[in-house]
Amino acid sequence: MTADSRGRMLLSALVALVLTVLPLPWWADMLRPQFLVLMVLYWSVNAPRTGGIALGFFAGLMLDVFQGPVLGEHALALSLAAYIFVREHQRIRSKPAFQQALIVFAALIAYEVVLFAIDGWTGHPVTSLTRWVHTLTGALIWPPAAAVLAYGAGRRA
Amino acid sequence: MAAFGTGASRPLQGRGGSGFRFTLYAVLSVIIMYLDQRGHYLEQVRYVLQAAAYPIQLLVSSPPAAWHWLKDSFQTREALAAENARLRAAARDLELRTMRYEALARENGELRGLKEALPPVADRWLAAEIVTVQVNGLRQRLLLNRGAVNGVFKGQAVLDDRGLIGQTTHVGPWSAEVILITDPEHAVPVRIDRTGLRTIAVGAGDTSTLALPYLPANADVKSGDLLVTSGLGGVFPEGYPVARVTEVRRDAVQPLAQIRAAPLAHIDTDSEVMLVWFRADHPAAPTTAVLSSTRPDAVSELKNGNPAIQPQAAPRKPPKPAASPPPASPPASPPAAAAPAAAPGTPPAATPAGEP
Repeated sequence: MTADSRGRMLLSALVALVLTVLPLPWWADMLRPQFLVLMVLYWSVNAPRTGGIALGFFAGLMLDVFQGPVLGEHALALSLAAYIFVREHQRIRSKPAFQQALIVFAALIAYEVVLFAIDGWTGHPVTSLTRWVHTLTGALIWPPAAAVLAYGAGRRA
Repeated sequence: MAAFGTGASRPLQGRGGSGFRFTLYAVLSVIIMYLDQRGHYLEQVRYVLQAAAYPIQLLVSSPPAAWHWLKDSFQTREALAAENARLRAAARDLELRTMRYEALARENGELRGLKEALPPVADRWLAAEIVTVQVNGLRQRLLLNRGAVNGVFKGQAVLDDRGLIGQTTHVGPWSAEVILITDPEHAVPVRIDRTGLRTIAVGAGDTSTLALPYLPANADVKSGDLLVTSGLGGVFPEGYPVARVTEVRRDAVQPLAQIRAAPLAHIDTDSEVMLVWFRADHPAAPTTAVLSSTRPDAVSELKNGNPAIQPQAAPRKPPKPAASPPPASPPASPPAAAAPAAAPGTPPAATPAGEP
């Protein structure tokens, strides 16, 4: 059971990572939600024991390799987001999709604030507003993304 | 939800458990960040992670690659023949020019009073394909399909057939990440070819613009001037074309001119670039300065100052003028002696241009 769900988790992480680093035209790149973050949040709520903070940390480390100015930046932000969701997973799981999307929005804002602060401290300040766009699109895409992940998980279980 | 079975729905052993784990990972992240930012201690870790990331990067770039392959394999015979003819003509052209070049190089060597013409500064080069391109206002990077197994090293110059593109920042076993000269965090020491004025060209955040932020308003620079590498900074050799000045604005209130330049390399259309190795003993080779100055984050160093470079610039007077004559003062401790010598090769080299 654990091995199986771990496999599913890794598969979805791989797909999310590919979607995250897939080269897109600039407008699509700006609107692109952070699929890897959504994936981590989904597993934090639905399988807090298997995934959770460790998953967030390693997914974030991978993200750092692809696009982080400093190693460990996304790892910290994603561990934080995962921690919030693991801690409150029972409360979040019982909410309807719309409210879940709002909570995801808040988590994505927290995630981006951490990145924003670290960017500034490490000397790569990025003050443009476009960096916040993905929090909105991420919240919007949460209900369908969660449904897809749940469907994939349910069918193969 | 039922799919996750009892394993997922069992409550976690108290809330303290996840809090402890989060603290652990947070501390770990902060340590990693500190090591990576301050000491660059994590090159080995980066190397391994880069290797792990490469298959995904290849996967991501495969649809466009497949499309190119398809397009290439369905090209008509006529198109290929035409291209062949064009390339043949270009090759003949280049050969003629090279002939002239040999003569010129010899003549130049004679004029310099050297026994024989110098060999070219570029020792060998390697073509590399661009695997992925990451271009936005914050980050402009390329991923190349050559890495440490091909001898690629960190801080290596990358060119295309028209000019400078950038330098390698992270090198994995089979791949290397290149920071473009137009990345906002990249600065390249340049010289204005017409006047010899040295300054620094900083990336402006889009692939067609460089900024020259450190030239005074009365500097002799005009639209159309060619910028070539100055050979300072320890990464790029001297004399390679970088950009052409496109716009010079002088504001009566501002002490510095606002200058834009367009890179000569076709950064957004290239599919193949050149990694170049240089002869270290050649006069045009990059001066090997203090290593820290060759980092692409030299701009932030400009702002914050590098303690290793600045204090030693003015040699102190010996405390007892009578006891030790002048010869005693120059051979100070080796690191202190090295720093002033290296200072011209570092980004603050712009200062001669900064004070009119």
